[in-house]
Amino acid sequence: MSNYLIPAIVAIILIYAISKKIDIFDSFLHGVKEGIKTSINLFPTIFAMILAITLLTQSNIINELSSYLKPIFDKLNFPIETLPLAILRPISGSSSLAILNDILGKYGPDSLIGRIASVMQGSTDTTLYIIGLYFSSIGIKRIRYSLLVGLLADLISIILSVLIVSSLF
Amino acid sequence: MINYIWSLFIVIGIIYSIFKGDYNLTNNLLAGGNKAVDIIINLIPLMCLWLGIMKIAEDSGLLKIISQKLSKFIKYIFPEIPEGNEAIGYISSNIVMNMLGLGNAATPFGLKAMMELKKLNQNRDIASRSMITFLVINTSSVTIIPTTVISLRVLNGSNNASEIMTATIITSFLSTFIALLLDRLFYYIWRKHHV
Repeated sequence: MSNYLIPAIVAIILIYAISKKIDIFDSFLHGVKEGIKTSINLFPTIFAMILAITLLTQSNIINELSSYLKPIFDKLNFPIETLPLAILRPISGSSSLAILNDILGKYGPDSLIGRIASVMQGSTDTTLYIIGLYFSSIGIKRIRYSLLVGLLADLISIILSVLIVSSLF
Repeated sequence: MINYIWSLFIVIGIIYSIFKGDYNLTNNLLAGGNKAVDIIINLIPLMCLWLGIMKIAEDSGLLKIISQKLSKFIKYIFPEIPEGNEAIGYISSNIVMNMLGLGNAATPFGLKAMMELKKLNQNRDIASRSMITFLVINTSSVTIIPTTVISLRVLNGSNNASEIMTATIITSFLSTFIALLLDRLFYYIWRKHHV
């Protein structure tokens, strides 16, 4: 279904624009120019953030940290197998996807752990990446309470995904 | 703050790798650089495509209609954005794309929205209230179709890959709602201490 979603959106926008008789091709070119400009302005930020995130995730510290925390999580009924995903999800989208893939392969996508991990991945987004990308792209230096609220939002999503999957399935 | 997060990531990454005796550290550094270039190379066509299409939607007046439909709702969540501001159109497009699980298409709109919000904030280098609220909506993620997750589940041989949709919708809407409440709360606390 989502295969047709994007083309459908594009078609609707074009059909509407044709009916309004605007200079479609010219508008598109203006947008493309803006796209190139924005991408080039973004490059230094993305480069810096990805570099830092890659170094952190490659050092494996997050996976090893979660193995130390296992006893506490067992007591809380939180499936420890999903902890590396929970910790990495706010930090890096691509590494959390890799971990989800790993969990689905190891425990099966239709197991409880597989379902919890799927919902966890689907209902949160990478806070640090978004803060890093969105804020530094417009030159924000003082981010106020945003990191705190963003991480709390992730924590809420993570706890809720465990609770809701456990009660729905 | 960004200064600290950025340096902390790198310093922790390096120290921990040395501590573990990882000799590939230099390669890891370069791999990070390569990955960054890959991401930006992939982003350029997306940015061009979506900002091009969006410009058509904007010039034809479609964007205005959508943002008017959503503006009541957005005004309630973002009380500081004046009516009819361009930011509303970009914020609504970002949210719609995220709901459909099209994160790649959502990013260009998110970046444009932030630029508009910066103009509203007199181009200062401090995050405005609206920026933080927008960030919270993005990080807690409002999802209807978790496209990527479903395809990963199919890849791993799930019998019913989309069975997690209901749970994802409930979780993401509920968590976004709670996160928005928290955002308001933090805003009032912050204002009390920083005026």
